[in-house]
Amino acid sequence: MKAIEARALTRRFGAFTAVADVDLVVETGEIVGVLGANGAGKTTLMRMILGLLHPSAGRVRLFGLPPSRETRRRIGYVPQGLGLYRDLSAAENLSFSAAAFGVAAALPPPGTGTGALGHLPLGQQRAVAFAAALQHHPDLLVLDEPTSGVAPLARARLWDRIREQAGAGAAVLVTTHYMDEARQADRLVLMAAGRVVGRGQEADIVGAARAVVVRTPDWSGAFAACEAAGLAATLAGTEVRLPGADLEAVRRALGASGVPAELSSAPATLEEAMVLAAGR
Amino acid sequence: MSWGVAGLRVSFGPTEALDGINLEVPPGRVTAVVGGDGAGKTTLLRVMAGLVAPRAGTVRRPRQEQIGYLPTRSGGFRDLTVAENLEFVAAAARLPGTGRRADDLLERTGLAPFRKRLARDLSGGMRQKLGVVMAMLPSPAMLVLDEPTTGVDPVSRADLWRLIALAAAQGAAVLVSSAYLDEAERAAWVMVLREGRSLVAGTPAEVTASLPGAVVDVDAPTDPARAWRRGPRWREWRPNGDPTAIAPTLEDVVIVASLAAETGRAR
Repeated sequence: MKAIEARALTRRFGAFTAVADVDLVVETGEIVGVLGANGAGKTTLMRMILGLLHPSAGRVRLFGLPPSRETRRRIGYVPQGLGLYRDLSAAENLSFSAAAFGVAAALPPPGTGTGALGHLPLGQQRAVAFAAALQHHPDLLVLDEPTSGVAPLARARLWDRIREQAGAGAAVLVTTHYMDEARQADRLVLMAAGRVVGRGQEADIVGAARAVVVRTPDWSGAFAACEAAGLAATLAGTEVRLPGADLEAVRRALGASGVPAELSSAPATLEEAMVLAAGR
Repeated sequence: MSWGVAGLRVSFGPTEALDGINLEVPPGRVTAVVGGDGAGKTTLLRVMAGLVAPRAGTVRRPRQEQIGYLPTRSGGFRDLTVAENLEFVAAAARLPGTGRRADDLLERTGLAPFRKRLARDLSGGMRQKLGVVMAMLPSPAMLVLDEPTTGVDPVSRADLWRLIALAAAQGAAVLVSSAYLDEAERAAWVMVLREGRSLVAGTPAEVTASLPGAVVDVDAPTDPARAWRRGPRWREWRPNGDPTAIAPTLEDVVIVASLAAETGRAR
């Protein structure tokens, strides 16, 4: 069953088109990640899916129905800012959101105590936000950078819980800026300038995008030579990488500077592919 | 001169914030400190910036005016324009003016068209770029950047890392913190902090090679306490090795080190 089905979804703000002709389907039991730079249209897309914003054209169906208060009952949403009251305890936050959905409150996650939520470490605050979003047993989870700022083991534990929900039949839509998080999804959708520009697994998103890799004993010399030639370079340990650059242009820039270097072409990383898709 | 700390301990009242930290921050290198919220990253960076006094240990750092420091989520004075923020830094550092270096840094970061914009009207990523440009402007011997890319989108993050690399290429000792391990792979040297202690440290390759035993990729884990998700599949730590071992990522290694620290099964 399709938890989300968006067809030719479009949203304009005056003359500006924030989301253009987007098709997106998320089946039950599936985790789909939406990637894209700021301004790519992720937030506008999410707001239309949540029913907070009307589309200018196209349509959204949630469980086969137009977005409404009834479909909202079946959604668990964790915004990036967590959407909790920092002055209330974990238990009070859970009671509040349980009351809003008319269900019994869940027990707070272990170790979250009775003090104000705002004093807890971010990882525990995120665990509370997640518990709050799950109390009404949603069929669709919408998560905005769910594990940002959390240590790797705590992040792995949170993802175990997200997977459990998908395993139990929930559909999950995640937006993220971070590649560690993107790799947890079953399927990725890359947006740029309001449109979907890539779909599938990491390799599908990267597609034909490549980077020139410079191995050199003098990374700073190589970096400076590339930058001086107007080639956007970045650092990877002690190697220099130039996403989307022309190998011969890099060779000329380094040759002119006399920096010893070994050049090769490698597939772009997921992050580099995102930057290239954004047109930079 | 290499900067850094040895045997560093910091406590706030009864709380031990950092315990036994050794870290070198040499010129011309990007050194990354990675950890979750509360791991001690900010305290360590504040020690290097001269804002927190250690309880024990030695701290080697440049004179105060030779340090460029960017606190978390700062990015300039909100009520000043981009140009005014840079003029303020130039005046405070007694530079003759903002000069060509400022123009160059603004061009590189795409901030040049926004010179007259108030910092508060910039996007989050632009404000972080402004903050890093401000810290870099006086060409400090050491640049200390606390989570410059947190909450920043991938395009601005790429610009920020170009700036960070530029500072190191120009000879600065760069110390940068992050909550994300995929960022640590850009640094030449990484220390992962957990609860105020160093969990693993070294070049990204050394850290990856330090894994005790093996990590395997499986459909279903045999010991859930030693397993974690990677997409629809599982990764599992086999402390005694395994012939089907895969090449672990930095994230895998840090998860294993955290599990080992948690269960007391460390080497």
